[in-house]
Amino acid sequence: MNFNYLEFEKPIAELKAKIEELRLVDSEGAVNINDEIRRLETKSQELTQSIFDKLTPWQIVQLARHPQRPYALDYIERIFSDFDEFHGDRHGYDDKAIVGGIARLEGEPVMIIAHEKGRGTKAKVHRNFGMPRPEGYRKALRLMRMAEQFQLPILTLIDTAGAYPGIDAEERNQSEAVARNLMVMSELKTPILCTVIGEGGSGGALAIGVGDRVLMLQYSIYSVISPEGCASILWKSADKAPEAAEAMNLDAPRLHKLGLIDTVIPEPLGGAHRDVDTTAASLKEVLINNLKTLKQTPLKDLLDQRYKKIMAVGAWVRK
Amino acid sequence: MSWFKKLLPSIRTTEKKEIPEKVWSKCEGCAAVLYQPELERNLQVCPKCNHHHRIGARERLRHFLDPEDQVEIALDVEAVDRLKFRDQKKYRDRLTAAQKSTGEKDALIVFEGKLHGMPVVTTAFLFSFMGGSMGAVVGERFVQAVNVCLAERRPLICFSASGGARMQEALISLFQMAKTSAALAKLQAAGLPYISVLTDPTMGGVSASLAMLGDVIIGEPKALVGFAGPRVIEQTVRQTLPEGFQCSEFLLEHGAIDLVIDRRDLRPRIASILAKLMHRSISFCPIRQRETF
Repeated sequence: MNFNYLEFEKPIAELKAKIEELRLVDSEGAVNINDEIRRLETKSQELTQSIFDKLTPWQIVQLARHPQRPYALDYIERIFSDFDEFHGDRHGYDDKAIVGGIARLEGEPVMIIAHEKGRGTKAKVHRNFGMPRPEGYRKALRLMRMAEQFQLPILTLIDTAGAYPGIDAEERNQSEAVARNLMVMSELKTPILCTVIGEGGSGGALAIGVGDRVLMLQYSIYSVISPEGCASILWKSADKAPEAAEAMNLDAPRLHKLGLIDTVIPEPLGGAHRDVDTTAASLKEVLINNLKTLKQTPLKDLLDQRYKKIMAVGAWVRK
Repeated sequence: MSWFKKLLPSIRTTEKKEIPEKVWSKCEGCAAVLYQPELERNLQVCPKCNHHHRIGARERLRHFLDPEDQVEIALDVEAVDRLKFRDQKKYRDRLTAAQKSTGEKDALIVFEGKLHGMPVVTTAFLFSFMGGSMGAVVGERFVQAVNVCLAERRPLICFSASGGARMQEALISLFQMAKTSAALAKLQAAGLPYISVLTDPTMGGVSASLAMLGDVIIGEPKALVGFAGPRVIEQTVRQTLPEGFQCSEFLLEHGAIDLVIDRRDLRPRIASILAKLMHRSISFCPIRQRETF
């Protein structure tokens, strides 16, 4: 399988190519090659491990945006059953960049709200590359209210470069759509569990990201602005994105260390796209466990804790 | 090149030098030469063309509130650089430089006071402090303002002027959007009015949180207000932006805000709106007396 190796994975790709070559030779009946293949396989494993042990933030950014990285629908089909996708903001639009609806997680009904980037050119255009317009956030808001009404816990899957910066998006008040969700999610009377599965891009991510727990997949990112955007403003050059990525602390382990997110969900060696089923299984387990805790918490405590959690985010001293 | 054009640059420089600093300034709208003390009396609004120049946060609140009983609050919060953020300069140094040049601790100030006798809490962004960007201190101060409103049952008025979230605080600054919005949910639940005044410019994370959550949202004339910056949008959609795109009047036209009000009218108009929302009677004229200007 072609994994679309990234620049820093080149040595792995070369080794893998060599192994493939040997396999071809082997299938033609040569002997004593199996040992060699096994040796190279181990070596490739070790090499991958050593590269992935010391990934730079910029390399993690590339993994988070990997063209083969699993998207929301990949997880939804593997984790949930009985998914009924619902559509529309009831005010004239249905944004395809946001997918939402009800499904079952191990038999328990839940509300799913997610960004979907779309796989392949046609789907990407259809999904606007996962960048929602205001109607996407308003659809999400409608579904959140529905979840509250029917006491369904909300699971969000975050994966967007950001809310769409377009003329029509501004005309329909992107700012308000994002802001309203932040306000409503802070006090919605049902458990909310948010997971960043790829890119957590700024306000467009946060608009479905306020909840009782915030989880991140190991090689996902979460930031206030894209590294390129940050670099072009602070370094006056988008080429400095790797430096910006470093400065911004946008990877899951660092954000966890800073106490800004609750859990880092490990990915298979080489990233989620190398083994989607395993990643989905890990994610599912973490979701089930967290949901169990949240559902046992009395609603009043849940809301108090959520409010305290939101208020606690800061970096300041009392003078 | 004609002799006249050759002469022109030198004429300009001499002219500039002859203008004593801070006494005369040129209107950014109509280029009229304005007498600075008069402009200040006019709240930095050009008396000739009504162009609204940016106004300092303190100057604004001083004029907005009743002169007596103005008390600054939420002063005990100061920024720390938890991320040790460094671009071409250290965030710590940028902060110190901004503090030095503005004489302020951070980009938001909060005042308790009275508006035509009605107890209120007001906050204002300092665009001059790192572009009015919202970091943890701005978020915390804003929440403290809301908390005073909740404790004393006062309405809140916020004047925003900000480029958005403060990049140097990375995700911490993004989460201030949630923090300020969550606090406003409490204000809403308590039935206390929140008036959001959008001034030039109100963009990004500030626009997409506290600024757009007002029970009543007012724009100052021609203020630039939006989620994404015009340059970013132009690069994304590869179209020329329509005339007047993202200004207050555009927002009013598209149903995003309630009113566009001249800065000189804000005090009486907001007082009048709040009095109704708070079921109070008024003893003042809600219309500016034009002849005083």
